Amino acid sequence: MPEPEVINVTVNGQRLSVPAGTVAASAVARAGLVGFRAPVRGGPARGPLCGMGICFECRIMINGQPQVRSCQVICREGMELRTDDLANA
Amino acid sequence: MISPMPECDLLVVGAGPAGVAAATVAAERGRAVLLLDDTPWLGGQIWRGEQQKPTNAQAQTWLNRLARSGVRIIGEARMVGLEGPGRYVIETPDHHWTIQPKALVLATGARELFLPFPGWTLPGILGAGGLQTLVKTGWPIEGQRVVVAGSGPLLLAVAAGLKKAGANVVGLFEQASPASLARFGTQLIAHPDKIGQAFGLRRQLAGVPYKLGWWPVRAEGVNQVERLVLTSGRQTLTVDCDAVACGFGLVPSLELPTLLGCLLDGEAVAVDAGQQTSVQGIFAAGELTGIGGNDKALVEGQVASLTAIGEHAAVFPLHRSRNGWRNFARALGKTFKPRPELLKLAEPQTIVCRCEDVTYSQLSGYTSWRDAKLQTRCGMGPCQGRICGAATRQLFGWGMESVRPPVLAARVASLIPSDERI
Ligand SMILES: Cc1cc2nc3c(=O)[nH]c(=O)nc-3n(C[C@H](O)[C@H](O)[C@H](O)COP(=O)(O)OP(=O)(O)OC[C@H]3O[C@@H](n4cnc5c(N)ncnc54)[C@H](O)[C@@H]3O)c2cc1C
Ligand code: FES
Repeated sequence: MPEPEVINVTVNGQRLSVPAGTVAASAVARAGLVGFRAPVRGGPARGPLCGMGICFECRIMINGQPQVRSCQVICREGMELRTDDLANA
Repeated sequence: MISPMPECDLLVVGAGPAGVAAATVAAERGRAVLLLDDTPWLGGQIWRGEQQKPTNAQAQTWLNRLARSGVRIIGEARMVGLEGPGRYVIETPDHHWTIQPKALVLATGARELFLPFPGWTLPGILGAGGLQTLVKTGWPIEGQRVVVAGSGPLLLAVAAGLKKAGANVVGLFEQASPASLARFGTQLIAHPDKIGQAFGLRRQLAGVPYKLGWWPVRAEGVNQVERLVLTSGRQTLTVDCDAVACGFGLVPSLELPTLLGCLLDGEAVAVDAGQQTSVQGIFAAGELTGIGGNDKALVEGQVASLTAIGEHAAVFPLHRSRNGWRNFARALGKTFKPRPELLKLAEPQTIVCRCEDVTYSQLSGYTSWRDAKLQTRCGMGPCQGRICGAATRQLFGWGMESVRPPVLAARVASLIPSDERI
């Protein structure tokens, strides 16, 4: 079966279409968001740094699972991405 | 759940250029080869996205050869430890197994060196390679003003890549001095490919301001980066931007080789002429044995694999190229060595450990990383020191520590010897 070219996901409940092959971190950025997770001692939210799965700064909630490194997850149809959940803090 | 243990002649860990080359040449000679990568992608950092959108001829050649060679490829599988001599533990999202291959090639690559400076934790400041990798998988960069800063030839590749993706690259700042680069230029003569690449990239970068001997000192912004302040030591410059791509070069990812007992040579895995490490039957190739780029990775991967499977005649013609690239890697290291000023950028309140928010002042006064970890939790967060470890090594001179399993947050079940499992 050929891969669809566009994938539909939601970011904090808002629908968003992204090109196939887009990672969850990129979908969050495409939704216009800059902060991904709250730092442990307060201050501005953090965003991705390494892009390769080692810094853990891009953690968000994906399909209800907290603390997932969004740079390592390829968007799938219907995927729910959330940055607004305090479980990410 | 324990899966049956696949039999193999050669196990290759890491599917970047080094691992792809290693796995391919062994399978082409009829060996049973298993190739693992931690990510769902083939091609490591440089060839990310090539399967979806082919852009690079060399990548296509190797990925096609790999596909035809009969290598068994397993994605989202990482090697997490050792269960006994020559018995390795592999973890996938829902399985784990141990495997006892006849030989092992480690090709786990490198990561960027990040040196803390005030404001570096603001969103929009990413690694240079980090931003490049994300752009290859859909990160929106079109029309954004991006500053590329830090050190190393990767900055050129990144700036060219970002520009091609539609970014407005407002400046490219290399910390190495013009004198250091001029010395490197003379070494390049032995490597025509690299000169071509460097010039090719310069043409692709036409119109991008390129400054040598400049480095970032501070980033400013409220919720995300809005500007970057840079200096040459004599002058300063403030550049308004939407994103910063900043890395101070690459450092080999040594956790796995160290865990398996491989001796190091400085900050890289020590290998002999056949890429064998100090541990019999374990070979290493690519960035692990010294940062030298893609071509070094490809030739070392082949040498490692062919030596591992005993095809010594096939190794012979590769030696010259291998040695050339290893010399190139040494020259690269000298040329782009971080200048001492970079180690003084952090202010007392600057966060060094981003997981646990440990500041520079909290860390001053400790004599070892171990002490600092116990007292401040520096390096104890989810990244397990992968970001701050290399930085504190540079900033405070703390040494590498022996790595204890797991290599990267393994699930507990993977660490229980299989004969003790039910
Ligand atoms: C973030 C980043 C971006 C880069 N972008 C570019 C670029 O755009 N252009 C360019 O010319 N060069 C780029 N480079 C440099 C380039 O990666 C190297 O020159 C070259 O690809 C090195 O090849 P390698 O095979 O040694 O390692 P890599 O390509 O790094 O491959 C290593 C592989 O090992 C896997 N791995 C690591 N640990 C484990 C484990 N325990 N178990 C299983 N798998 C594991 C990793 O997921 C990775 O796929 C980049 C480097 C980095 C760090
Ligand atoms: S950006 Fe570093 S882990 Fe995702």
